[in-house]
Amino acid sequence: MSRAAILAGVRQALGRDGPLEGEALAALDRRLAQPRPNLVPTRGRVPLEDRVALFARLAGEVGATTERLAATDVPMAIARYLAQQNLPAAAAIAPDPALDALPWSTAPMLALKRGPTQGDNLVGVSRAFAAVAETGTLVMLSGPDSPTTLNFLSETHVVVLPVARLAGTYEEVWARLRAERDAIPRTVNLITGPSRTADIEQTIQRGAHGPRWLHILLVDDEG
Amino acid sequence: MKSTAHDFPANAAAAIADPALQKALGRLKGHFIDKRAAARAKLPEFDALRDQAKAIKDHTLAHLDAYLERFEARVVAAGGQVHWCADGAEARATVLEICRRAGARTVTKGKTMIAEEIGLNPFLEANGIEPVETDLGEYIIQLAKEPPSHIIAPAVHKNKEQISDLFVDHHHGGDRSRRLQGIPELVTEAREVLRRRFLAADVGITGANLLIAETGQTVIVTNEGNGDLTQTLPGVHVVLASLEKVVPTLEDATTILRVLARSATGQEFSTYTTFSAGPRRAGDHDGPAAFHVVLLDNGRTTLLGNEMRDILRCIRCGACLNHCPVYGTIGGHAYGWVYPGPMGSVLSPALIGLDEAHHLPNASTFCGRCEEVCPMRIPLPRLLRHWREREFAAAKAPAAARWGLGAWAFLAARPRAYRLVARLVARTLALLGGRRGRLAALPFGAGWTATRDMPAPEGATFHAQWAAGRRR
Repeated sequence: MSRAAILAGVRQALGRDGPLEGEALAALDRRLAQPRPNLVPTRGRVPLEDRVALFARLAGEVGATTERLAATDVPMAIARYLAQQNLPAAAAIAPDPALDALPWSTAPMLALKRGPTQGDNLVGVSRAFAAVAETGTLVMLSGPDSPTTLNFLSETHVVVLPVARLAGTYEEVWARLRAERDAIPRTVNLITGPSRTADIEQTIQRGAHGPRWLHILLVDDEG
Repeated sequence: MKSTAHDFPANAAAAIADPALQKALGRLKGHFIDKRAAARAKLPEFDALRDQAKAIKDHTLAHLDAYLERFEARVVAAGGQVHWCADGAEARATVLEICRRAGARTVTKGKTMIAEEIGLNPFLEANGIEPVETDLGEYIIQLAKEPPSHIIAPAVHKNKEQISDLFVDHHHGGDRSRRLQGIPELVTEAREVLRRRFLAADVGITGANLLIAETGQTVIVTNEGNGDLTQTLPGVHVVLASLEKVVPTLEDATTILRVLARSATGQEFSTYTTFSAGPRRAGDHDGPAAFHVVLLDNGRTTLLGNEMRDILRCIRCGACLNHCPVYGTIGGHAYGWVYPGPMGSVLSPALIGLDEAHHLPNASTFCGRCEEVCPMRIPLPRLLRHWREREFAAAKAPAAARWGLGAWAFLAARPRAYRLVARLVARTLALLGGRRGRLAALPFGAGWTATRDMPAPEGATFHAQWAAGRRR
């Protein structure tokens, strides 16, 4: 392996004899240990209600749909959405305690399968870690309560997003991630709208490989 | 891939004479140029973000060794491995070894220009492993056995009829009755075919738009979600990245992501931006059991140490291609190697040698639009000029060009003679141009005027006008 030779080459190119040392190295490690925001656009730095409106508008512009509701209404809202879309009342759902706690008995027609999907479920339901109003983006973390396959393999992805977790900017989400998690998860998925491609004649087409439909439930009283 | 960059003049002439290609290139403006301008107008901080993105990358490059070591330490802490590779041969061998240890028969691939750079697909095939491209554009050109013609829209040169033909041949054994007409049907068929390949693959290979030293994460940006299926479903995830992709923190990555999609496609943000660190954790339901980062030098340290360092800030958004009048006229294949357009004309001579690529730095009018739109503020015309100087010094340019430049230099050093000759030439050309004001042919310039007219000079020379006091 060429590790030593490459590092020596880099140092030579930078006009240095050996590794970075002393104060220069300490400054670099401080920069990594205490990350600081760079310029943050003003667009996302707005009060909650404006964030909700901005998020819904930008997610809508890229083809996602949103509705805002109370946590207790989530099961019926999912059943209603699937009926509207002419889909069977069935889904694979993330094994997330916060989702388990919803009153599923209010929507007895829903057949839910807890766990990841192998691509044989038309619909996946999961819960977002956070979202970013600035660009209409969902933030999903992989983990025991959130299989990554649910984000990509189903034709329709329904995401529960607690309004309290709707940030204005990415920087707020990174601060929250560092505060709430001991370790970085295997995967952080930033999702902005349903899957699309423009690879044939620059014509935008939905559902290239991931979900064709993305429906976001903004839930008011669950944090 | 095998370079044809030495044939650039012939390649370019063929491209100009190809009507299907010319029609495809005509679509660039609406899709890329107008959308970028609209996205820029919607974000007042856009240009200030470019300044910061440039500063972040300059800082990182100046401390590249330390950031790479820290990145590696975080990858290892997350359970992954980093393989340092000096060149394409070492990187290919490393990937093959990983595939063999996994007993791999098929490998799915997200879009990676590094794999093109090191010629990974033919190497894997020669060793009995089938690589399957999963980005729709890459998949199309893999079927066509062609290289990409654009770094973010690899099949931009193909029209839907050509794609229909490819799909009939490869999906239906040439049965013309099953030929699809519409773009939605083509996309759906590719989705179904590739879904089976995703589920069956043994190893998934992606590129990386960024590497983050703080967290050991690799970052990919896609709209299709193909990169995510590539790296989530197989047991092994291999990331191919060149050294200069590293940035310090999540915040620094965010600043660059804010200018990347807007510069590339005019999107506020790409559909899927994915950060990956190590293999699946205990308790995870999915994700790969092994995570490898192949860190490639292949000439980057040389660029770091010379006047070309600025090109290492490049984030492969493609804006310089989309806005280049030369790229817009000839497309990507004419450049003859992996990276086309202005960024490619700077990078290619460094990666495949000036002997092979000496035409490319001349494939520019120096109009400056590439530098104007570059999110990382890379002075592309200046870097191209460095290569032209080296080309001249190495006597690679054609004799006529060298003789012409020598004659010009002789005159430029003798102001009185220069003024006299300039006046004579201007008058002669104005006379020859006649009432049309244009010249259809020039002595010693037949190649130049074969595809365009030369505007005839009007009025007195600049020197004469200046001397006459017509200055403002």
